[in-house]
Amino acid sequence: MVLIKAQKITKDYQTEDVVVHALQDVDFEIEPASFVSFVGPSGSGKTTILNLIGCLDKPSAGNLRIADTDVIGLERKESAAFRGKHLGFIFQDFNLIPVLTVYENIEYPLIMVQNIAPQERKERISRLLAAVDMTDQGQKYPHQISGGQKQRVAIARALVTNPALVLADEPTANLDSQTAYAVIGLMKKMRDDFGTTFIFSTHDTKIVGEAEVIFRLEDGRLTAKETKEGTKP
Amino acid sequence: MRNLFKIAVRNLIRYKRRTLLTASLITIGVVFVLVFVSITGSFKAMIIGQVTDSMLGHLQIHRKGYVAAIDNLPLNLNMKTNAYAKIATVLSATPAVEAFSPRLKFGGMFSNFVETTNIRLNGVYPDQEFPTVPLLASRIAEGKKTLGRGEIMIPTLLAKGLKVKLGDTVVIVATNVDGSVNGKQFIVSGILESATGPGGRDGYIHIEDAAEVLRMPEAEVSEVAVRLKDFSRLSAAVKQLEGKVAGEVNKEGRPMLEVHSWEQLSPFFNIARMIDVMTFFIKIMLIAIVLISIMNVMIMAVYERIREIGTIAAIGTLPGKIRSMFIIEGFCLGVVGAIIGDLIGIAVVIIINLIGIRFDFGQQQGLLLKATLQPLDVLTVSIIVIVVAVAASLQPAVKASKMEPIEALRHV
Ligand SMILES: Nc1ncnc2c1ncn2[C@@H]1O[C@H](COP(=O)(O)OP(=O)(O)O)[C@@H](O)[C@H]1O
Ligand SMILES: [Mg+2]
Repeated sequence: MVLIKAQKITKDYQTEDVVVHALQDVDFEIEPASFVSFVGPSGSGKTTILNLIGCLDKPSAGNLRIADTDVIGLERKESAAFRGKHLGFIFQDFNLIPVLTVYENIEYPLIMVQNIAPQERKERISRLLAAVDMTDQGQKYPHQISGGQKQRVAIARALVTNPALVLADEPTANLDSQTAYAVIGLMKKMRDDFGTTFIFSTHDTKIVGEAEVIFRLEDGRLTAKETKEGTKP
Repeated sequence: MRNLFKIAVRNLIRYKRRTLLTASLITIGVVFVLVFVSITGSFKAMIIGQVTDSMLGHLQIHRKGYVAAIDNLPLNLNMKTNAYAKIATVLSATPAVEAFSPRLKFGGMFSNFVETTNIRLNGVYPDQEFPTVPLLASRIAEGKKTLGRGEIMIPTLLAKGLKVKLGDTVVIVATNVDGSVNGKQFIVSGILESATGPGGRDGYIHIEDAAEVLRMPEAEVSEVAVRLKDFSRLSAAVKQLEGKVAGEVNKEGRPMLEVHSWEQLSPFFNIARMIDVMTFFIKIMLIAIVLISIMNVMIMAVYERIREIGTIAAIGTLPGKIRSMFIIEGFCLGVVGAIIGDLIGIAVVIIINLIGIRFDFGQQQGLLLKATLQPLDVLTVSIIVIVVAVAASLQPAVKASKMEPIEALRHV
């Protein structure tokens, strides 16, 4: 069984005078519970591909199925509902809601996106606060904690709805390398504990080594797929 | 829902200064409107009370054509005794009517045996006239608060002009409907302060004395003044009575009687109407203030939070929720402004009453303005503010809900 199946994905951006081919004929499959990275230099199409997998954008051509759903055919509202049900997001700039505490940020998707009963909310949040080692920081506001802590809260927020897949576009770009490793390590541990598929992008060649499946992108084309066992063409 | 309110309120607190500024603007607007509505409303009610309760009554019934010719007090347009009797029966049987008073009005000469001048007189039944126009008694500056046969109450200007005092004997001379002249002696029993409005400088005698002066075998009636139990239901009462007296027709089959509310009888009604128009425009100004200030704040709020909107949209918040989030923010701002405005407005009205503002209205001097605030006015103004606040947030909120998450997330 595959979680994601992408066939001949193409994405063109029409700018004022030129057409930018952000992705060309991209094919890949991703298994459940894998730990995947898209890697490539700036402008190679990492954000574009993650936006497509994240149902935030539509390809110009090609097929894309996630969790047995043809996500390209989804309407705007259906996309939002699909994201809320199946996907989790981690952002480069953490993007916590500044007026909510750490606890409330993690709670947000359970109330505003899904509709989880209070008791279960409490249980899930405490479990995730413990998992990201933020149990005693729950009442703090985002501006009161460090960048690494923010990203840990964001990981908890992404996981609290039990998504099949978590997408993280350059999650470590705003962190020092030590914290970056810790965050990637935490994501991997979460994969181990919850069985969630993680897909992150990075241009940091050292961080990439932490991934189990690596897709290399260059100028909008997939140039290689590497797995822990070895490289496939 | 609770969460939407929590986020909205926290966002308002987050931009303290801006929220405070907008809320105070709304507050000032609300206070201004409430105080204005209170003062003008009380002023209006008071003046209407003066006009209706000292002379006019709430409404009057005349023979058709009498009001058009009222300046001449025509004797040939009076109701005959049996016509009035029918009206009296109708009025007695109408529950909305508190009291009514038939009047025989005529113009005549007033003499103190040395000098003579014009006078307009009302012949009344005192036990009906005083309950119908309750302020009449308070207008009696000197003398007793009743009126007996052979007695006359005269306006103070006349008393001063002709140097007439209480207890003096005077003569009233009048031309009757046939053109012959008759006179009768009266004892001055009361001196009346003038009232503003039609009939404010009339004298009063007993209706049977009036009939005697005019040589009528039975007292005819020029007008019937009516006081209602509930003044706020004036127009309904006028309609009802019009219906009830419409049956009285003349030989040509035309209705014989006319019912007029005080509004058609007193020029003050135009001033009252102008006050209403002014109040209306002040309310429009309040709406404009609320609309512009809230819209401005909400447009700023949406613009500042584009990335936040992108984030919550990306993680699956439905557009409707995002829209609600901003509408609720505007709603809360409106509610806060309205409540604080209401409280301060009420306080200002109380202070005005504590200070005690006096004013003169025509002949009546030193009237104390008792500013009252109707709960309905407070409610109306609050609802206007809140509804307008929500309306003003609508466009920014819809804009926020329609944002594409990737574009919003890219926004710096
Ligand atoms: N909205 C857009 N409009 C036009 N061109 C775009 C847009 N988004 C991305 N691109 C272009 O597509 C290519 C891939 O961009 P992106 O996916 O952001 O790369 P990466 O995330 O790897 O840096 C780049 O050349 C970029 O300039
Ligand atoms: Mg990128």
